[in-house]
Parts: sequence; structure tokens; C-alpha cells
Amino acid sequence: MTSRKIEILVGLFVAAGIAAFFMLAMSVSNMSSYSTGETYEIKARFDNIGGLKVRSPVSAGGVTIGRVSNIQYNSESYEAEVSMQIEAKYDKFPIDTAASILTSGLLGEQFVGFEPGAEEEFLQGGDVIDLTQSALVLEQIIGQFLYSMADDSGEAE
Amino acid sequence: MNLINRFLDRMQKIGAATLHSFRRLGRGSVFLLEVISSCASLFVRPLLVVKQLYSVGVQTLIIIVVAGLFVGMVMALQSYYALVDFGAEDSVGVMVALSLLRELGPVVTALLFAGRAGSALTAEIGLMKATEQLSGMEMMAVNPMQRVVAPRFMAGVISMPLLATIFSAVGVIGAYMVAVELLGLDSGAFWSQPQNKVDLHLDLYNGIIKSVVFGVVATWIAVFEGYDCIPTSEGLGQATTRTVVHSSLAILFLDFVLTALMFTK
Repeated sequence: MTSRKIEILVGLFVAAGIAAFFMLAMSVSNMSSYSTGETYEIKARFDNIGGLKVRSPVSAGGVTIGRVSNIQYNSESYEAEVSMQIEAKYDKFPIDTAASILTSGLLGEQFVGFEPGAEEEFLQGGDVIDLTQSALVLEQIIGQFLYSMADDSGEAE
Repeated sequence: MNLINRFLDRMQKIGAATLHSFRRLGRGSVFLLEVISSCASLFVRPLLVVKQLYSVGVQTLIIIVVAGLFVGMVMALQSYYALVDFGAEDSVGVMVALSLLRELGPVVTALLFAGRAGSALTAEIGLMKATEQLSGMEMMAVNPMQRVVAPRFMAGVISMPLLATIFSAVGVIGAYMVAVELLGLDSGAFWSQPQNKVDLHLDLYNGIIKSVVFGVVATWIAVFEGYDCIPTSEGLGQATTRTVVHSSLAILFLDFVLTALMFTK
């Protein structure tokens, strides 16, 4: 084995390792969503955010337009305050845009859905969305359902 | 009286074993510091590291690629059968990618690395010691730490993360082959779900940090066992066995510690 051959093989090995890293970074991980560059921040207050997490997607019409960047509890208004980073190219949301927390599929992950309004003015960085709809909490719905069932059977007797 | 003596004998054995393992741990730590401090001399002779990268890294590549391919394929098959009951078979991609990047990639690679490259390192250095090549070098004023141990250590530390990333990448490709080509899942869902769920920093970088740590530990144990072995055929055999056993145990234990540190919030 000459020194040249060994060096070529080692070079190929290192190149393969780096190529594998980039393959994983580009096609398997969320690196593509990091590299989008400019964003602006929109806030929204919800009564209940359910299972929403930091880095959950924000979508409008099913297209991902940004990510949740921070979630805090506001102990003065007793609401959850969700900050979202929206890509700068989607900067034409009217100020009466509604934000709701939706679930993809029956048991899927939760995301924030934007429903554009009809105003002429657009949301700027740092604005707060007033029209919000909280997450549907499955336990509460089941609880209400059972409660109304019990009510019905109580009347029947 | 007899009973007390037997009790004392037993206690002495336990004490001696404890002291022995502490002494080895101490020697090993001093050895690691020496190796790290003599790594600086490698910048003068990088060719030494390249040669070791060939025998430690390139020659381990085949077993890593084959193992990664089959681990990915089996994971895809098993998670498909588990998930199809819930109608969640589209999550096969994210399940395989996450488990490979976080756990299986670094751990399985490190275990194979300890078996394939670590044992070879121990045997090589141990035989050099048994045939008095190391003493010969010292006689010629060549520092065996700089000439023999440090290049091997460095090569192991560089190879492990490369091997682990190749393992994960090949595993994902294997999973793709089974899930999409064989089981007929949608290839869009296979790739898009991991892109949503797998985090570059949390999952990919932490997996690489894990593999670097495993590389340091596995190579350290391998070169230390070789350097510290009893220079006989029997001692060499025991040292090689100890390398594989100790580094496998250390890898599994450290994996738990690192996982607890990295992935719990």
C-alpha cells in the first residue's frame, strides 16, 4: 500500500463522512427551515394553548409560514402569550387576522393557523393578534359529552 | 478464630481489588493527560495520523455501512408493523431518523468500533510492548507516546463522528428502501415528517457530540489497555478482551448519562 493510496482512501473516507452529515442535515433535519433568513415577530394571546410547543409550525392555508419562538404565561391577563417568527416575505397579513390553534389529524401535533381578515392595514413586527381561538382539548370535549349524556339520562328517568 | 481469619481474608480480597481498580483508573487518567499533551506533536507529522485513519477509520467503514444499512431496514420494517395498526405508518421516516440520530447511530457505531478498531489497537500496541519495540524507541530517544499512541488516539477521535454520521445516513437510506420501495409508503411523507420533527441542533449536533465522546472513551481504553498490558501472550489476550468489555460498558453507561443530560428539559 503506497502512501498515496492510503491518503486517497482517507480523503474519500473523510469526504464521505462530511457528505453524510450534509445529507442528514439537508434531507432529514429541519435545517432548511433555519436558513430562511429574515423574520418578523407576531404575538398572540390564547386562553389555552393545549400541546403547542416552541418550534411548532405557524401555517396559513396549510403552508408553513413561520415557527413559534416563545411561549409564556401572562399572569396579569391569565393568558398564554405565544410569540411567532413569521418569514419576512409573508408580510401582507391584515391586522384583523385570526390565529387559532389547530391539530393536524386527530392526534397529530398542534400548530397555529392564520386566517387572514379583510382590513387594509397589515400586521407589523411586534403586533399582537386579538382574534384568537384556543386549542381544542380532547379531555374537556369528552367531559362535556359525558356530562350532557348524564343530563339526558337524568331527565329521562 | 478460624471464622474471623476467613472473614479478614475475604475483606482483604475486596480491598485489594478495589485498590487495584483505583490504581488502574489513576494510571489511565495520567496516561490520557500524557496522550493529549503529546497530541500537539502530531501537527509536525500529520502523515502519522493519516496512516492510522486508514487502519482505524477506513477499514472499519465496511462493517459500519453494512450494519447501518441493515439496522435502518429492520427499524423501518418493525416500526411499520407497529405503526400501521394506528394508521400512522407515515411516521416511519421520523421514527427511524430520530432513533438513528439520537441513539443507534452513535451507540452501535461505537460498539462496532470498539470491537473492530479498539481490539486491534490494543493488540498492536500490546505486541509492540511485548516485543520491546516501545523500549527500543525510547532507547533511540523517540517518544513512543508521540510516535505510537498519540496518532492512534487522534485517529480514533476523528473517525468516530465520521463513522457515526455515515452509519445514520446509510441507515436512513436503508429505511427509505424498505419503507418506500418495498412497503409502498409515500416518499414525500417519509422525508417531510423528519424535516418537521428532527431538530438540527437538538438531534443531529447532540448525536455528533455523543459520538465524539464515545470515540475519546473507546480509543482511550484501547490504547491504555495496550500500553498497560502484561507483556505476555496471555496478558495481551486479557488486555484485548478487557478493551472490548470495558469500552462497551463505558459506552452504554455514558450513553445513558449523555441522553439524560441532553434530551431531558
